[in-house]
Amino acid sequence: MTTTTATTATVTKAVGKPGAGKTVALFATCANDVMFPQTPVAVVKLLERLGCKVEFPEEQTCCGQIFTNTGYYDEAVGSVKNFLKAFEPYRYIVGPSGSCVGSVRHQHEMLARRAAGDAVANRVAAVAARTYDISEFLIDVLGVTDVGAYFPHKVTYHPTCHSQRVAHVGDRPYQLLKAVRGLTLLDLPDANTCCGFGGTFSLKNPDVSVTMAGDKARNVASTGAEYLVAGDNLCLLNIGGVLHRTNAGITPIHIAEILAHTEGDE
Amino acid sequence: MTSAKEEILGRVRTALRDVPASETAADSPVEWVYHQSVDAGDNIVDTFEQRVIDYKATVVRSPKAKLPDALATAARDLGVGSAVVPPGLEQSWRDGLAAAGVTIIEDNPDHRLSNQELNDTGGVITAAACGVALTGTIVLDHTADQGRRALSLVPDVHICVVGADQVVSGVPEAVQRVKPAVLAGQPLTWISGGSATSDIELSRVEGVHGPRTLYVIIAE
Amino acid sequence: MTIQTEHRLTPAPPPGEYIDSPRFQIGAKKGLANTQQRANLKHATTTIRNKRARVVAELDNWQDLRTAGEQIKTRVGRHLDEYLVQFEENFTKAGGHVHWARDADEANRIIVGLIAATGQNEVVKVKSMVTQEIDMNEALEEAGIAAWETDLAELIVQLGHDRPSHIVVPALHRNRAEVREIFVEEMGRYGRPAPEGLDDAPVNLAGASRQHLREKFMRAQVSTSGANFLIAETGSLVVVESEGNGRMCLTLPQTLISVVGIEKILPTFDDFEVFMQLLPRSSTGERMNPYTSVWTGASPEGDGPQNVHVVLVDNGRTNVLSDPLGRAALRCIRCSACLNICPVYERVGGHAYGSVYPGPIGAILNPQLRGTASVIDRSLPYASSLCGACNDVCPVRIPIADLLVHERHKVVEAKKADPPHIPHTLEPQLIDAAAWVMNDHRRLALAGRGTALGSAVLDLIGVHGFGAIPGPLGRWTGARDVPALPEMSFRQWWKKNRGDQK
Repeated sequence: MTTTTATTATVTKAVGKPGAGKTVALFATCANDVMFPQTPVAVVKLLERLGCKVEFPEEQTCCGQIFTNTGYYDEAVGSVKNFLKAFEPYRYIVGPSGSCVGSVRHQHEMLARRAAGDAVANRVAAVAARTYDISEFLIDVLGVTDVGAYFPHKVTYHPTCHSQRVAHVGDRPYQLLKAVRGLTLLDLPDANTCCGFGGTFSLKNPDVSVTMAGDKARNVASTGAEYLVAGDNLCLLNIGGVLHRTNAGITPIHIAEILAHTEGDE
Repeated sequence: MTSAKEEILGRVRTALRDVPASETAADSPVEWVYHQSVDAGDNIVDTFEQRVIDYKATVVRSPKAKLPDALATAARDLGVGSAVVPPGLEQSWRDGLAAAGVTIIEDNPDHRLSNQELNDTGGVITAAACGVALTGTIVLDHTADQGRRALSLVPDVHICVVGADQVVSGVPEAVQRVKPAVLAGQPLTWISGGSATSDIELSRVEGVHGPRTLYVIIAE
Repeated sequence: MTIQTEHRLTPAPPPGEYIDSPRFQIGAKKGLANTQQRANLKHATTTIRNKRARVVAELDNWQDLRTAGEQIKTRVGRHLDEYLVQFEENFTKAGGHVHWARDADEANRIIVGLIAATGQNEVVKVKSMVTQEIDMNEALEEAGIAAWETDLAELIVQLGHDRPSHIVVPALHRNRAEVREIFVEEMGRYGRPAPEGLDDAPVNLAGASRQHLREKFMRAQVSTSGANFLIAETGSLVVVESEGNGRMCLTLPQTLISVVGIEKILPTFDDFEVFMQLLPRSSTGERMNPYTSVWTGASPEGDGPQNVHVVLVDNGRTNVLSDPLGRAALRCIRCSACLNICPVYERVGGHAYGSVYPGPIGAILNPQLRGTASVIDRSLPYASSLCGACNDVCPVRIPIADLLVHERHKVVEAKKADPPHIPHTLEPQLIDAAAWVMNDHRRLALAGRGTALGSAVLDLIGVHGFGAIPGPLGRWTGARDVPALPEMSFRQWWKKNRGDQK
């Protein structure tokens, strides 16, 4: 469905309402719902600004990867069922997480086939194929890179592992950030190295996780940025947590919140 | 009692019970196109020369007719006093070396040098089976004009004559060139520069075992 | 320095068996604290992976090559029995002898028997991971046969009474000063001593090893090797190396015993063209390695060893083969590209993995080769953040990150069937609790309301975010601050602000 890198480097400005006539089902993700509501709120505001109608199917819970990736396949099935139930009626499903969207596309079909057979697995696969990370939806479906955002700060971007290697969002986030007015994008050294979160890895192998998070935080701090941006809030929680413990003076922020930010906001 | 072979093959077959019995090896797809030439520049002999030089070997070019002189020059430049040669090495080449004062010792099935004797010679001269441009590799198939493997291994200097017409673009063509020799049971040695190791702190050191000097003459 | 209390022919390895290694976390913590190793690993892996990236970028058909490697090895896996029989036929026709070993003990018995038949009591070795896997050196020692490593890194490991920590550069964890000490202390016990006044310049250390080993090469009558590839069509073996010690061992003695895992097969000599493009670039970041040797049975005209043997080793490989997903791990050509890119391996080093195969490939291979009964093998699939960098560099496209998840699933199932007597975590209970929540959106909504409520309470007492707290969450908060909990969950916001929509 999606290619690894988006095609051009030119900025495509939103003309009128590119989302007009499109209904988007918001996949908030369980972590965002409970811990980082400001991110799905930003997605709602952003998509509505671009003309989309946004709905939030309440049956959704989780992508299930906390279970799947820890080896608990049976325990993930409930989440897969809820995803299907919530989102099957929709043409566009959008979530602010390359990791969760990646998990849906990469793992849900396998889990469904294992638990419920081919017929269900095919339905699950079809829904997964209509599930987009916010960066993919903006560029590939709405056809825009300039969403009218304004964020006059120095920012560095961490390309989270699963957004790159599972969801394959490629350089879409970079394109979107470059089109934000007032934003200065600073290169992150060793950008493609993992931050050490890895879901339950951070709890099962805390020493290694903290070592990796420390290295990532040092690289972030070395850029002189005011904000660290990424497309996954738990990676931001990981790196941001270390930055805060060491009083680095850098604020983690989800890319959707930058893109939702306009001159009208403080 | 089942032999180990039967038991292992039995385990393999049991392990592969998901592979349909009707599937042959050829049914398992391999989409690769074999034997293709690779892009090794406009002049593959020039590329070959450059890549061999990159490995810190000496490369000179010589018309075929002048090979005896080129070999004599090489022996003098490298201070090679005695050299072992394979049984099939061209007589004119031996004459060239002898003219430079090199003592020629032929290694053949009736007169086999011991490891110590090989160790004590100054160098070895061989032809080659082919040269690989992209990687700067020389392939020996150890037929009569290259000799058994110990000859090009133990002495400290290896002078190797590679014909310009023996140079191919890359590994796929080289494999085709030497395949008949392998099917005939010949061993191969692929040589890309001199021996090296990066085992200590990843700091590359040349010349651990094997000839520390590789001198290549491209015959045109 | 190890003090040997009994007389031995060769240096004693460290005590203990790999299978009894503690869980990964323990070795990892030790590795993290070893600052010398941290520095060596960072330098080494950064250097190699940058070299690899450069030479791979030179080829515009690199992805096609990887696909070819994957497909050829998949074909081998699916028809392994035919290819093994074909190899045996052809190697035997060419004057060689093939032996089959079900496990490590059988392999060692065969090897000891073959050496004993020659009347020799020493062998020179070309580096071979599988001989370490089966602990061949110790089996030979017990039989009164000295096995001398000739690969520089393996020599450092052997003389240093140590274990290898990397597949391709096994002494990566040692710096030059340590190597010098090992050579000065130990070389003289086992042959030519290190030269007087040896310093720690790598060129001089390599020179010392050249001299120390030369006399062994010159006098050895028997050698052992592994093989990078077995070619079924021709009955040939391939050894890919850099130093020339391989050529020495493969050429000078009369007897050569090659110990090879059954998965090392390539179908035809043509297939060699694919793997000789994939392997050097992936492993040492070179267009081509210095020396590659190919031999077929006993070479004609008395060229090299005439008493040639291959010992085909199973030792758990058929276990790997029996898992249709897991068998992708048998495609491995031991290039170590996955080790060199892995951020976990770079920080902990190879010893934490409790096996001769460390790193990402080790994490998926060991629990399949050895099973999931041991503490170390149950922990290995979790020795990864699943970043997926290894998937990108594997020359035969093993989906390592996916197989890590697959192996985790097998460990979970194994633990459910055979739980540890004293569980050291509440993981199954926490997972069950979380699954209970995620199975019904109303429970997740409740959790969201609970968090908001908790936030309000903490707010009242002036707590905004928190630092280190005791208990299981201490693993996270030990090093990271956690921000203030939100005032309302997203569901609550939606209900309040868009409640009339769906």
